[in-house]
Amino acid sequence: MTALLHVEGLGKRFGGFVALQEIDLEVQPGERLGLIGPNGSGKSTLVNCICGTLNNEQGGVRFDGTAVNGLTAHQRTRLGLARSFQLPRPFGSLTLAENLRIPILYAVNARGGHSLSGQAILTRCLELLGQVGLAEKAHRLPRDLTQIEMRKLELARAMAAEPKLLIADEAMAGLSHAEVDEILALLIRLNGQGVTVIMIEHIMRAVMAFSQRLAVLVAGRKIADGDPKQVVRDPEVVRAYLGE
Amino acid sequence: MASLVAKQEEEREGSRGLGNIAFIAVLAVAAAVIFGITRWVGQSYAFFAAYVVVQYIVLGTAWNILGGYTGYVNFGITAFFAIGAYSTVVMYKLTPWMPLPVMVLVGGVLAALVGLGTGYLTLRLRGVFFSIATLALAVVVQTLFTNWDFVGGARGAYVLRPRLAPLIGGEYIQYLFLVMLGLCVIVLATARAIERSALGYGFAAIRDDEAAAEASGVPTLRLKLIATALSGAFMGMAGAPLPYYVAYLDPASGFSLNYAVNAIAMPLIGGTANWVGPVVGAILVGGLQQYISVTISSAVNVLITGLLLVAFVILAPQGIVGLFKRRQP
Repeated sequence: MTALLHVEGLGKRFGGFVALQEIDLEVQPGERLGLIGPNGSGKSTLVNCICGTLNNEQGGVRFDGTAVNGLTAHQRTRLGLARSFQLPRPFGSLTLAENLRIPILYAVNARGGHSLSGQAILTRCLELLGQVGLAEKAHRLPRDLTQIEMRKLELARAMAAEPKLLIADEAMAGLSHAEVDEILALLIRLNGQGVTVIMIEHIMRAVMAFSQRLAVLVAGRKIADGDPKQVVRDPEVVRAYLGE
Repeated sequence: MASLVAKQEEEREGSRGLGNIAFIAVLAVAAAVIFGITRWVGQSYAFFAAYVVVQYIVLGTAWNILGGYTGYVNFGITAFFAIGAYSTVVMYKLTPWMPLPVMVLVGGVLAALVGLGTGYLTLRLRGVFFSIATLALAVVVQTLFTNWDFVGGARGAYVLRPRLAPLIGGEYIQYLFLVMLGLCVIVLATARAIERSALGYGFAAIRDDEAAAEASGVPTLRLKLIATALSGAFMGMAGAPLPYYVAYLDPASGFSLNYAVNAIAMPLIGGTANWVGPVVGAILVGGLQQYISVTISSAVNVLITGLLLVAFVILAPQGIVGLFKRRQP
């Protein structure tokens, strides 16, 4: 089976600081991958390089059979790569329904094939908001939302682009126990619908419940990749998290 | 529940009313009525005053496409406005037989190209840095025209206004006013069409969060270039009839601070969220300025505009339209 996402020898520097080094990563279609690592280990930088927000100097990224190096972020989104931001970044002057309208107009419709218009867009927006439990607030502005609702909106907007791969960058940070479970259920349900998911997270309970495979980044290098239960027992991983 | 909300939204969409064609028809009728009234008043002063107000509707709406919809504040209004004006001076000298609407079109195309060029060079700058770059553009363009002898340089150029208006008869100012009214119809129809289209949603996404817009599939650079070109084009078109209006164009009048201040102040005072704002702002502030010019002094204009701008930015940041807008349920 060919991988959906194929990262090979990826390296990224910020001036003299090496943020990522020789990262190899493969994600199979339909897989649920967890990506963990201490703060500053390069997780978000890796996401940014995969999604085109940053350009990597070394190595390459292939997505769904296409080399995406050099493509802009919006082109990658149109190919089926979606991400949520670590800190929610809603379109503040647009209602929730309109927030979802943007990726439908610019990712789904621009992709060719089926294209939604008029009433169909609205129905789709409400359907998506319904899936994350925000249908009643469809015509509110993002500033009226609570923290968890904001995370849900962020995920719903990523889902609205109808991605093949969703990268959820710390979608649960700062949420309560019950709220974490809610987001977790949401991501697993999404995966059940055929979307490949990479979850970046610090909350180990969620990571272990979610991941079929676990990759660990430490100081810009991938030090482990495999079965979650074995990876968390890996001496190197333990040392990275707890020290000697 | 979802279906109920959908129904509400459907009604809302329905109440959003007229299609684009019908809207143009309504605007055209309104323009015809305004022209009829001005003609009925029968004084040339009425035409001169009304021309300025309509010119500011065009200028304010043009600024709003980039500044209000897309969130990029352009201070270089006079650059685009004067490119339109000076392109008319050039054509007046080289091809005086050319009809005014064609000159307006040429001025618009030139200003659009400059808008595209500046956009390409400066749109990597965000926020205040973009604004400073546009300010620099105005200075550069003014320097160029001040040193270009063919269009009069620092001395300025005389443009003889024909005595009679073509087609409609009467004084030439009537024709100038009619052209500006026509332009106003086009610009307002365009602005409203943008608001209701995918383009408008893309602009709003860029204004709110550019990285998130890009992640949602919005080709931000292309959309910003469309906005700068369109905004520049309309500013150039607004400036194109100016030489005929003033009959004598020099850099001091073509690049007057008044245009820049008004084109920013009027949308901000009226409201930047939709096409109504610049119209309300231009009619109110522009009308007030015309009134003050004849009753007090033309020099007080900018002061009044400045004070109004400060008051609105502090007290009603959403503008007049924002004050009347119903709060979301």
